[in-house]
Amino acid sequence: MNLEEIKSEIEANVPGCSLEIIPNGSPSGQHSLLVDPDHAFAVAGFLRDAANLRLDYCSNVTGVDWPAKEVSTKVKTKKVVDGVEQEVDEVLKTQSGGYLEAVYHLFSVEQRQGPVVLRMRTEDRADRVHLPSLTPVWRSADYQEREIFDLFGIIFDGHPDLRRLLMWEGFEDHPMRRDYVDPDDYEYEPTAHDEVLKRAKEHLSAEGGL
Amino acid sequence: MDEQLKSELGRQGVVATSLQELYNWGRKCSVWPLNFGLACCAIEMIAATMARYDLARFGAEVFRPSPRQADLMIVAGTVTKKMAPQVVRLYNQMAEPKYVISMGACAISGGPFKQGYNVLKGIDRYIPVDVYIPGCPPRPEALIDAFLLLQKMIDEQRLTGPNRPRHLNADLPSEFIVPEFGAHDLVPPQNPEVWKVPLVNISIAGKNESGRD
Amino acid sequence: MSVLTEAPVDLTPSQSDDRTDSQLLEVSMGPQHPSTHGVFRMDVALDGERVVKLKPVFGYLHRNHEKIAETESYLGCMPYTDRLDYICSITNNWAYALAVEKLAGIQVPERAEYLRVITGELTRLQNHAGLVGFLMQDMGASGTPLMYAFREREKILDLFEALTGARMMCNYMRFGGCRVDAPAGWLQQAQKVIDAFPRFLDEFERLLVSNEILMARTQGVGVVSREQAVNAGISGPMARASGVNYDLRKVDKYGIYDRFSFRVPLGENGDVYDRYMLRVLEMRESVEILKQAMRDVPSGPIMDPNTKTRGFRPKAGEAYGRIEGPKGELGFYLISDGSSNPYRFRVRPPSLINLTLLEDMCLGQNVADIVIILGSVDIVLGEVDR
Repeated sequence: MNLEEIKSEIEANVPGCSLEIIPNGSPSGQHSLLVDPDHAFAVAGFLRDAANLRLDYCSNVTGVDWPAKEVSTKVKTKKVVDGVEQEVDEVLKTQSGGYLEAVYHLFSVEQRQGPVVLRMRTEDRADRVHLPSLTPVWRSADYQEREIFDLFGIIFDGHPDLRRLLMWEGFEDHPMRRDYVDPDDYEYEPTAHDEVLKRAKEHLSAEGGL
Repeated sequence: MDEQLKSELGRQGVVATSLQELYNWGRKCSVWPLNFGLACCAIEMIAATMARYDLARFGAEVFRPSPRQADLMIVAGTVTKKMAPQVVRLYNQMAEPKYVISMGACAISGGPFKQGYNVLKGIDRYIPVDVYIPGCPPRPEALIDAFLLLQKMIDEQRLTGPNRPRHLNADLPSEFIVPEFGAHDLVPPQNPEVWKVPLVNISIAGKNESGRD
Repeated sequence: MSVLTEAPVDLTPSQSDDRTDSQLLEVSMGPQHPSTHGVFRMDVALDGERVVKLKPVFGYLHRNHEKIAETESYLGCMPYTDRLDYICSITNNWAYALAVEKLAGIQVPERAEYLRVITGELTRLQNHAGLVGFLMQDMGASGTPLMYAFREREKILDLFEALTGARMMCNYMRFGGCRVDAPAGWLQQAQKVIDAFPRFLDEFERLLVSNEILMARTQGVGVVSREQAVNAGISGPMARASGVNYDLRKVDKYGIYDRFSFRVPLGENGDVYDRYMLRVLEMRESVEILKQAMRDVPSGPIMDPNTKTRGFRPKAGEAYGRIEGPKGELGFYLISDGSSNPYRFRVRPPSLINLTLLEDMCLGQNVADIVIILGSVDIVLGEVDR
């Protein structure tokens, strides 16, 4: 069953949900299905129980951080300059990213098929970072969603026990985010270079040691 | 005592020794390590105690699960920031005389995981280390070598005088501060009594100066 | 079928209980505990000897593999995978290589596939042998079975050392093949080890399989049902012990596993005894695979000539590759943004996910059973915490 068929199957059975197929450019051909968070729980339950899908085995759950960035693409446009039509390169700037993503890899043990890749996106990276927890559907998501909450800061509503998994209680950052700043932790290296040298310099000048 | 006389007496079946030698001999031949593995190196540590490498030949096969009964802590593996307070606490709970072998690149400096946000850059930031073994992971032979080195160190310790070992010198500390979990890092990030920022020459734009002398 | 997670257990003793003397004792097992196989911690609440609550605490070996990989090149991530499940470095290499091969569409030459199967199955042998040894150690059979297991393990590690240069951290696979070819005489040496292995298994079985103490300690302890196992994402030998017929070597047929004939052992009861027996049976099947692979290994190149490992930049996209590791489904999920570093490098750790049901398995059991239940799951903390 390909992803198009799965998509139409879900749309027929879960009313009101909006789905989008995210194409994958790599030779793996593992395209994914973007689910809107409001209907994700119903979609997940349907995927697990539908007789011809039976995606009963949620193998991998993970988070991805996509900070907002400006993507500039060069487009050739025709413009009238001094009364003569010319082809001019114009730079189009588009915003992309600016959200956190949770990715679920689903397989079927019964029908030996998969992976079906589900994605959910938060609204932004600051405070609207809520997604529905799919742990009540697949219990294997339990620790993995806790890990995402810990390292990426996505809050899974409906998770039975949402606590930090790996870092200690009282830790404030979400270190897998791409804008995470390491603590100023001076490290000695005999031949420091690049990043380490930069950090060592910053540390030593902050301490007044230089 | 005269060495020549001593060996002559030995040939006659008379053993003459000093208290210091006897004491050190007893200590070095029954070092009981703490049964405490952190990561990859712990597997090599276990391998060193198994039939092929047989650490028991050196009197160190008795791995004790309780720090109260152990003399030697082999820090075998990556010390993470989450684990560091526990490691220091275990060290504090060990009775004197106690020794530390820092096994593998991670325990020495953080090793390949040095850049990690949760990795401590060497256990010597919090507790004093007696022997370092490089390697990732060091082979069991390397652990045995470190062990022999430690035995040599114990054998050479003098029980009196200003350089006497820590457990015979009431002025020297036997316990060290246990770091606490902070909001971003461990507090304090290192124990200044144990670890000093090493000398380093770094040139900062424009001027060439040596920092931290 | 609907398996929901239970709400956290209330620790205050219930008022309606007739036993007024009942008081719960909270014990923190670990992170320094001889039977937690590393730095794993469990917060256990006990009513006498009976476990009424068990909450695992992770992160004591969280070494930030995933963050560090974002600053490394694709090739530079390979040595890090060695240190995930540090007992089975070669299968970790394989899973990562497979994921990158999916991401970039790389083919692997025939001989390299055979070398992968041979080293991979040898890894499985030494992992399972070690696990059985550690499990016996946890049960109190201090020394002997573990020493037997490590004696065999050393023989296999010698082979790895001759092939790759390292005992534990082999760093052997590359995208599109293997790093080095087998040196002269290596295959003959491996053949000897493989031929001698069934003798060790016979000896081990005579010693243990019908041992009364072993059976009394393990049968009916830590039971996982088939439905629970699938829903909780349990994979590998632990799932098969509960009767889940899902072996990726048969399902995905990755590499060249469709060429070998081997059986997939399945358990019936899903208890600790089944999990133990399953490992013993799997070792026999691995020996069968190894015999066939050793017989058929062709000569030829070991690297795909079109793949460059240095300056490797796959097209933007993503891939999830998985193999049947000795501990379960080991997967790597990679996202490429077209640069030389992975944008996202995710390890799907079988050890962590197999622990999902730890509390369910331990509730109502005695405190001494926690140790053997944990031992039968087969975890390595490097992979649990990453």
